[in-house]
Amino acid sequence: MEKTQTMSFVKEVSQVPGGEGVNLCMQCGTCTASCPSAKIWEFTPSEVIAMVRADMRDAVLSSSSMWCCLSCYSCTVRCPRNVEPTSLFHALESLAIKHGYKPQNTNMPVMYNSFVKSIKKNGRVSEFQMMMGYYMSTNPFAALGMISVAWNLLSHGRMPLSARKIKGKKDLDLILKKLDDVRGEQ
Amino acid sequence: MKSYTYYPGCSSEATAVGLDVSSRSIAEALGMELKELEDWNCCGSTPYGSLDELEAIVVAARNLALAEKTGLDMVTPCSSCFVTLNKARVHMMDKPQLKAKVNEALAAANLEYKGTVKVRLLIEALMNDLTAEVITSKVKKPLTGLKVAPYTGCQEVRPRFGFDDPENPIALDTIVEAVGADAVPYPSKCKCCGGSAVIAEEGLCLELMYKLLDDAAKNGAECIVTPCPLCQMNLDAYQSKVNSKYNTKFNLPVLFVTQLIGVALGIKQDKLGLKKNIVNPNKVLAKYL
Repeated sequence: MEKTQTMSFVKEVSQVPGGEGVNLCMQCGTCTASCPSAKIWEFTPSEVIAMVRADMRDAVLSSSSMWCCLSCYSCTVRCPRNVEPTSLFHALESLAIKHGYKPQNTNMPVMYNSFVKSIKKNGRVSEFQMMMGYYMSTNPFAALGMISVAWNLLSHGRMPLSARKIKGKKDLDLILKKLDDVRGEQ
Repeated sequence: MKSYTYYPGCSSEATAVGLDVSSRSIAEALGMELKELEDWNCCGSTPYGSLDELEAIVVAARNLALAEKTGLDMVTPCSSCFVTLNKARVHMMDKPQLKAKVNEALAAANLEYKGTVKVRLLIEALMNDLTAEVITSKVKKPLTGLKVAPYTGCQEVRPRFGFDDPENPIALDTIVEAVGADAVPYPSKCKCCGGSAVIAEEGLCLELMYKLLDDAAKNGAECIVTPCPLCQMNLDAYQSKVNSKYNTKFNLPVLFVTQLIGVALGIKQDKLGLKKNIVNPNKVLAKYL
């Protein structure tokens, strides 16, 4: 984790795509009231925004809160200040990953990681590989609880075990490599 | 016949294969030409953007750049692809510097994104380009008497490029009625099912699914229709899990809206992927098949 910072947290957040609206929040709490997963957030959606504004960098980035966002966009539709909280929480997730934070109490980042790994390998997601990757990195025994659902999908031809690789996989690799060279500071 | 670039999305090859086959079948029957985007890659969906926003935009932009070459509007049947591809498009439209950076990366594969392609949801194109009246005129087996809960889900109406009311969308109701079925009142029509979070946060998501199934059952629905691959998979594949957790006996088939349209158009079962449905829809659809 980085110890030295040259800019305020709120500025850092506002510079990530999706984080631009952080300064518009007036703490009305509509996002929290509209959120279908608020009850499992460590800090509620509106609290997280207040904490960003209060420069509580470490507390926010180490928290599991934003990882509980289901991306349903209820808050974004209802926010009277156009903060676009959904995008803001994804921007916070991006920052947490960039700076090496690993939230406790949720495996959402592990699931996301397994998803992205599958894209990087083939250019497309294999849902089966994504699930296998997830359970291997968390708790392989938990996969037992998934047998009924997996069987439902497998027996109806909805979970192919092999993955299809795109023809332009090399192109995609080149694009991502080039991005690393040019990304600089966001 | 109007032509479109078609972006199936990764779930079309697995959990949502029924959505893909039924979309292609009804498009053919309704006179829409869908030309699959050559060598498309995953849009990135929510997970990619959560881990690395910039990289996610670049991954989505490869598809946009490829689609732009065709000069056609791009339609996708998948709500999540629709949101993700449009999100990338809007980010680049709002921030020219970001777009320039993305184009530097795309240039490594001789691609360029100019910003001209439109990304549309298949059912929006059905509603606006084709219209409900035209769909009705092609119905061979009106679904008279079938009570359907129209479940729009959250993705396709919520972000700023959504095409219907974000809290009370009516496009799906209109389509259900256009094929002769009854759309029951469904207050949960755009509540979240939990999406892919069901893998990591199953307890919460089963509760959301229970509420959705309960609302449909209480309003007298015989089946649920949705355009969204994740909503369909969750309510279909996890329905038995909801039943064991909440001691309920839901037995509600969950159809893709494209499957429902297909049945009314008289398209054969195997061309609609109905055998891929986990909660068997045959009993509910028996009169119409």
